[in-house]
Amino acid sequence: MAPDTVIGMTRIDNNPNGGSIAVSVRGLVKHYGETKALDGVDLDVREGTVMGVLGPNGAGKTTLVRILSTLLVPDAGQATVAGYDVVRQPRQLRRVIGLTGQYASVDEKLPGWENLYMIGRLLDLPRKDARARADELLERFSLTDAAKRPASTYSGGMRRRLDLAASMIGHPAVLFLDEPTTGLDPRTRNEVWDEVKRMVGEGVTVLLTTQYMEEAEQLASELTVVDRGQVIANGAIEELKAKVGGRALRVRPADPMQLRPLAAALDELGITGLATTTVDAARGDVLVPILSDEQLTAVVNAVTARGITLSSITTELPSLDEVFLSLTGHRASAPQDATPADTREEVAV
Amino acid sequence: MSAATATVTADARIPLRGHLRHTGALVRRNLLWIRQDPESMFDAILFPVIFTLLFVYVFGGSIGQSLGGGQEAYVQYVVPGLMAMMGMNMAQGVGTGFNTDFNSGVMDRFRSLPIGRGSVLFAKIAVEVLRMLFATVILMIVGVLVGFDITNWAGLLASVGLSAVFGSALMWVFLTLGVIMKSAQSVQAMGFLVLMPLQFGSSIFAPTQSMPGWLQAFTDYNPLSALADSARGLMVGGPVAHDLWLTLGWSAAITAVMAPVAIHKFRTKN
Repeated sequence: MAPDTVIGMTRIDNNPNGGSIAVSVRGLVKHYGETKALDGVDLDVREGTVMGVLGPNGAGKTTLVRILSTLLVPDAGQATVAGYDVVRQPRQLRRVIGLTGQYASVDEKLPGWENLYMIGRLLDLPRKDARARADELLERFSLTDAAKRPASTYSGGMRRRLDLAASMIGHPAVLFLDEPTTGLDPRTRNEVWDEVKRMVGEGVTVLLTTQYMEEAEQLASELTVVDRGQVIANGAIEELKAKVGGRALRVRPADPMQLRPLAAALDELGITGLATTTVDAARGDVLVPILSDEQLTAVVNAVTARGITLSSITTELPSLDEVFLSLTGHRASAPQDATPADTREEVAV
Repeated sequence: MSAATATVTADARIPLRGHLRHTGALVRRNLLWIRQDPESMFDAILFPVIFTLLFVYVFGGSIGQSLGGGQEAYVQYVVPGLMAMMGMNMAQGVGTGFNTDFNSGVMDRFRSLPIGRGSVLFAKIAVEVLRMLFATVILMIVGVLVGFDITNWAGLLASVGLSAVFGSALMWVFLTLGVIMKSAQSVQAMGFLVLMPLQFGSSIFAPTQSMPGWLQAFTDYNPLSALADSARGLMVGGPVAHDLWLTLGWSAAITAVMAPVAIHKFRTKN
């Protein structure tokens, strides 16, 4: 499938002080023997936005992040982060990025404070500043009480927060989050999301990889869907959902007793979108899949003809899971209602 | 490549002060490990105690006879040899420890920071040399307790320095193994296989005169013999110059070859 929704083929921006593209990737290739981890990937991340890179295990997401954070050298293609070339200017590039990997990249044997102080010193902060920054970030990530304990005694969520704090020490312009909530329970996952949202609020550009639709929807404004080392779709999340075609209308009668008659009236229209008309008794509304604006009008007309008073009509976009399914022909991950911690099963590639 | 890349400026260089700062921060990390886990010093304490007692009391009497004395004669012979061995044992340990460290997530963070990647390795070596010095102090205490006679303090210090130099050269070899091998166990097994013949096929524990000709040929070229013999010469007297130069030569050669290899492997490993 052609990546026909690539938004704005922006030129590569080599000026580190200006320009609106923070991360630019062109034709990136990385092969491991026969395995094409990346097979010609293009993407742009605009400054101050969150780009979600969505794909199943083995899609090449981690390889992409490792190349962008200079841990891996690509076989072909080009990539710049904040204007610095990943291959030619790795040291300058490393100064402006933060990285949080799939597994916590903190020193488990060191106390939380020492972890942050060490990173501060490695980023050339004077001792006094490194101390102050460690205190400040522990406070901000609610780890002050655990400052003196070795990171090995931390819970999964605390460790991930320490990891995020470590990534923030150098005030990075671009933050890479490689599956930041993989293996976390839902409550902890929400904690991490909140932290990421706060960072984004401060103007950090984020490139986030994830296997979870919900995570991309929560955090990202734009999405690149990758599969088997290739970009299969790219654009604003809403745009991608629209591209798959089909929305759903939630129609709520003012009088709950009208729910059944309303459903019957809508059924008679015979509209078939991605799914069939369903009654959501718990919410007190009817869900009608539609494919076009004409169908929306038809729904409204049918309701008016029956003299049913409505309290609301809202349009709903399909879930990202459905988006992935229709783009790749296979599911991205286990069902969404499962918690991330128990959806580690891999999709065959 | 496209026109856009032609305008890219050269990469920034890290000044010497920066390297020292980074190495210092990482030395602190490795020292904190010891504070967090004091048991990690057990080997540095127990190794010199066990080896000294074992060799002096098990082999001391009979090897001492061939030296024309007894157990006392052997103490004078083996303590400088054990000092030479100290650097090696610590070197072997550094490979195992580094392999575990290398496979942890924190290495990715280090490698994504704007630091000279050699800093991580230099810090490791610095801390291992400190551990080695600690082990040497223990060795000298046990040595004196079993009858070692320190006659030449300057010579003692010189041989400690020499062992440290040779030991840190060997550490580059084991750091390389630590980076390229898959598991800590395989690094340990490999270290054992390499070091065992080198240690025993040398003049560390026993004079080589009674060994068969082919083995003597090996021991004569074994850098550990040169190290043990120069330590002996410096501490108890005897000819030194030849073995000393040989040891320094070996150290320089091993470092010159293996340090760049280790740093390169560390830098490029995925």
